[in-house]
Amino acid sequence: MPWFFVVAAGMIGYGLVDGLVFAPPDYQQGDAFRIIYVHAPSAWLSLFSYSTMAFAGAVALIWRIKVGYAVAAAAAPIGASFTLAALVTGSLWGRPMWGTYWAWDPRLTSELILLFLYFGVISLRQAFEDPARGDRASALLGIVGFVNVPIVHFSVYWWNSLHQGGTVMRLGKPEMPGSMLWPLLAMLCGFMFFFGAVLCMRVRGEILLRERQATWVREAVQA
Amino acid sequence: MIRAGFWAMGGYARFVWPSIGFALSVLVWNVWSALRHQARTLVRVRRALQMARSEES
Repeated sequence: MPWFFVVAAGMIGYGLVDGLVFAPPDYQQGDAFRIIYVHAPSAWLSLFSYSTMAFAGAVALIWRIKVGYAVAAAAAPIGASFTLAALVTGSLWGRPMWGTYWAWDPRLTSELILLFLYFGVISLRQAFEDPARGDRASALLGIVGFVNVPIVHFSVYWWNSLHQGGTVMRLGKPEMPGSMLWPLLAMLCGFMFFFGAVLCMRVRGEILLRERQATWVREAVQA
Repeated sequence: MIRAGFWAMGGYARFVWPSIGFALSVLVWNVWSALRHQARTLVRVRRALQMARSEES
């Protein structure tokens, strides 16, 4: 886990320095485009966290593997925080480019719905006195809400959108030159390693909490 | 060597720097929150352990 943090810090550090200092300004957006180096990784993690949460919930519900509930519970607050980051940084990027902080655009609206889904999953888990029922209900909501993930991703293709289309995750060649693309890829990888490290920390806490009556936990805490 | 006009970000400083700052603060919050979650969990487990011991004695 510490190595995940070290790799994440290295990649995020490199991505920020290369992206903010050395990458050339965009020919249309100027230096405002540099917001992409935090906006795109945040948006990517908002979807990846949700997919992780829904998958873990499905594994727990279908195969009754309890650690799945712990992973789903751990991924939810991380994903919610990155969804908020994607919305805030996107809003700050939208103001100089579109002339407004917010528009009821398909991409923005579906991302906002994603944030509400995260809040719903987190709240539903805590709404039950019986933690097992809370786990099952929130896992079910997570799985049902997964339908929103492809909507967020493909909204820029399915509907007329202010939001630009994909620049990195496309079937053909990425639209960005290497000098802009490498720092972005470093940031994406760095955020993924960061997610892995924080998820491991949270899952460890969740397992300790759920298994606190177990002998191995008591022995581990006493040691 | 930082290029000239770096902090001004071509006139977009008031959008770029708050974005970077907010994203970095989310990273910091995640680490702080995970550490706090672990610490609180350990307190709860230790408390449960103490209660079990006192009931045994």
